[in-house]
Amino acid sequence: MMSAKTEKRLLDVKGLTVEIETRRGPAVVVDGIDLHVDKGETLGVVGESGCGKSLTMLSLMRLLPNKIRVAKGKARFDGRDLQTMSNRELRKVRGGDIGFVFQDPMTSLNPVMRIGDQLAEPLIYLRGMSRKQARARAVELLRLVGIPGSEERIQAYPHELSGGMRQRVMIAIGLACEPKLLIADEPTTALDVTIQAQIVDLVKGLREKLGMSVVWITHDLALIAGLVDRVVVLYAGTVVEDAPVDELYANPQHPYTRGLLASIPKLSDAPASRLNSIGGTPPEPGRRPEGCPFAPRCPLAMDICRTHVPKLEPISAAGSHRAACFAVEKAREAA
Amino acid sequence: MGAQPLLKIENLVKHFHVRLGAFGERAATVHALDDVSLDILEGETLSLVGESGCGKSTTGFTILNLHRATSGKVVYKGQDLTALDEKRMRPFRRDLQIVFQDPYSTLNPRMTVGEAIGEPIFFHKLATKAELEKKVTALLTDVGLPPRFASRYPHELSGGQRQRVVIARALACQPKFIVCDEAISALDVSIQAQIINLLLDLQEKYGLTYLFIAHDLAVVRHISTRVGVMYLGRLAELASRDALFETPLHPYTKALLSAVPETDPAHERSRKRQILEGDVPSPLAPPAGCRFHTRCPIAMEVCRRVVPKWKEARPGHLVACHAVNGE
Ligand SMILES: Nc1ncnc2c1ncn2[C@@H]1O[C@H](COP(=O)(O)OP(=O)(O)OP(=O)(O)O)[C@@H](O)[C@H]1O
Ligand SMILES: Nc1ncnc2c1ncn2[C@@H]1O[C@H](COP(=O)(O)OP(=O)(O)OP(=O)(O)O)[C@@H](O)[C@H]1O
Ligand code: SF4
Ligand code: SF4
Ligand SMILES: [Mg+2]
Ligand SMILES: [Mg+2]
Repeated sequence: MMSAKTEKRLLDVKGLTVEIETRRGPAVVVDGIDLHVDKGETLGVVGESGCGKSLTMLSLMRLLPNKIRVAKGKARFDGRDLQTMSNRELRKVRGGDIGFVFQDPMTSLNPVMRIGDQLAEPLIYLRGMSRKQARARAVELLRLVGIPGSEERIQAYPHELSGGMRQRVMIAIGLACEPKLLIADEPTTALDVTIQAQIVDLVKGLREKLGMSVVWITHDLALIAGLVDRVVVLYAGTVVEDAPVDELYANPQHPYTRGLLASIPKLSDAPASRLNSIGGTPPEPGRRPEGCPFAPRCPLAMDICRTHVPKLEPISAAGSHRAACFAVEKAREAA
Repeated sequence: MGAQPLLKIENLVKHFHVRLGAFGERAATVHALDDVSLDILEGETLSLVGESGCGKSTTGFTILNLHRATSGKVVYKGQDLTALDEKRMRPFRRDLQIVFQDPYSTLNPRMTVGEAIGEPIFFHKLATKAELEKKVTALLTDVGLPPRFASRYPHELSGGQRQRVVIARALACQPKFIVCDEAISALDVSIQAQIINLLLDLQEKYGLTYLFIAHDLAVVRHISTRVGVMYLGRLAELASRDALFETPLHPYTKALLSAVPETDPAHERSRKRQILEGDVPSPLAPPAGCRFHTRCPIAMEVCRRVVPKWKEARPGHLVACHAVNGE
């Protein structure tokens, strides 16, 4: 039982803590996050701007910028330790078994290299394809992500593409080597709904065909509703809720998750001039309050919330739905 | 009644010349924008929607003369902007701002956030040195960032934080018109709502006009006065928000509206979207006649040959489609 469970685990992150060096000493940005993804599973990671989504992902690949480092925690991929793996090994995993889609296409695409060559490179170096094979595959990949005239477009430089096309080139690069795990950071922010739908279908197809696992980082709760199996909600560098997707949307527990769901504008809403938003701003790294990080903005905050940090605890008997909130705990005890 | 046009766009065309082939031996033309005419009315939010690559950003850039128009006119205060060089454009720059789709490439990496936001204020002499810091602080607060961020560099920010710095910078010089190119799509819903509310407040207070480029139709429905739908470099339809969402006329608009996702996982999984048949044609060789004919479910013979006229089908509701009769 136990061993069967570990075997199906593809990515296992435990207590990941990331710190930024500041003038006032180290500030914690990612605060002891636990994450796991099973083989063939799709995990959605959502959370407010600045809550640490991108840094979490970059730290897994050891791509953190200067002055930011992993202070604690373990990350295992396919049974191997990502933090202690040699650089050579890591280079093979990066872009090979783990496909990456970065948030900012203009900084991760090489501006002076044709996109066809950028797509072909990993296929040649990591998958041993010939130039000709790699080129044909590059054309195919661009077609799959819905870029019209892909035979011609592989000649283009990044600046000759529209914002959404650049984003799709990034997705194509992420998928190029048919990875075991795809980590995509806000991969469809610039895409319209029809193309989003096409990308979602493409990822679902590959998941079925290759048994690929996916970590989909996003702020778009509507988009991932039909794509992911499970959702992890981050707030100020911690996991505040974790649940199967249907459960999370039907029965959100954490006040932050509820606020997030309530702020989504819906097409079926009557057009209104103002939208709901969660008041206030999230705490900055290094200036987080004692106790629950959401307390300053939480409509349910109690005294205990300002002094103690709530733990991520199961709220259902099955244990698949967890939340870190004293109010949730209290309600359950009262029931 | 009715607002005055702030900008009159007449038959605007933008073609890009690119080189193809392994050695760049073949020249080709990208038809990014073809024959677009519309008025942008004072105080309105005109949204532009349409598939990725259909020419929305190009429209915004060409209107602001950041791309040189191939032909056509953009008239602002009686002046055709397309005829101006950068120097003569300068007096208009303060009025006409843009929030770029790609925030990273628009911020100078060696300038702090405070300098980036303060620069246009300083340049246009909108505040004394003493007031400058207060102004920057107020702008940062408006976009939901702590004032301390003024001393950070762009690379020290998350994607959504950078996006908000770019918005603050555009607002800094108190413009009349802002092109918001996917300005809020990198933001989570709560901050999105905060920024939308801010944009609406400023509009009410100062009569700002927005050209709002976005793909999130729910957001577009919330904030727009009118909505234009583009397909492959041409305008397909333009109408008031309600007319467009409730009684769309163009077959492409109808398909676009059917694809919006909803936050109901079970429904979302089982739902069949009206995914358009066929690939998006290449703007390097757009189809003759109606550019949508290769994918239109009701295309007729004439659609393959004749470009449909841009006509007023109902009062204030413009459309380019042979199947829609004018009144
Ligand atoms: N190089 C850096 N120096 C200092 N602070 C940084 C640096 N990079 C990121 N940060 C801060 O760390 C926090 C987390 O950043 P991260 O990029 O992970 O956010 P995110 O969740 O991806 O947000 P978004 O949705 O806006 O992309 C932010 O508050 C950001 O300001
Ligand atoms: N500098 C350029 N050189 C060559 N082609 C270009 C250039 N800029 C844009 N294009 C092309 O013009 C077309 C329209 O691009 P544009 O950026 O306007 O699209 P968009 O509607 O904004 O798309 P998105 O929603 O993806 O941002 C695309 O085919 C694009 O590749
Ligand atoms: S622990 Fe307290 S402050 Fe935190 S979310 Fe729950 S009720 Fe709100
Ligand atoms: S003009 Fe013809 S092809 Fe074009 S949208 Fe109308 S019916 Fe369809
Ligand atoms: Mg990010
Ligand atoms: Mg664009």
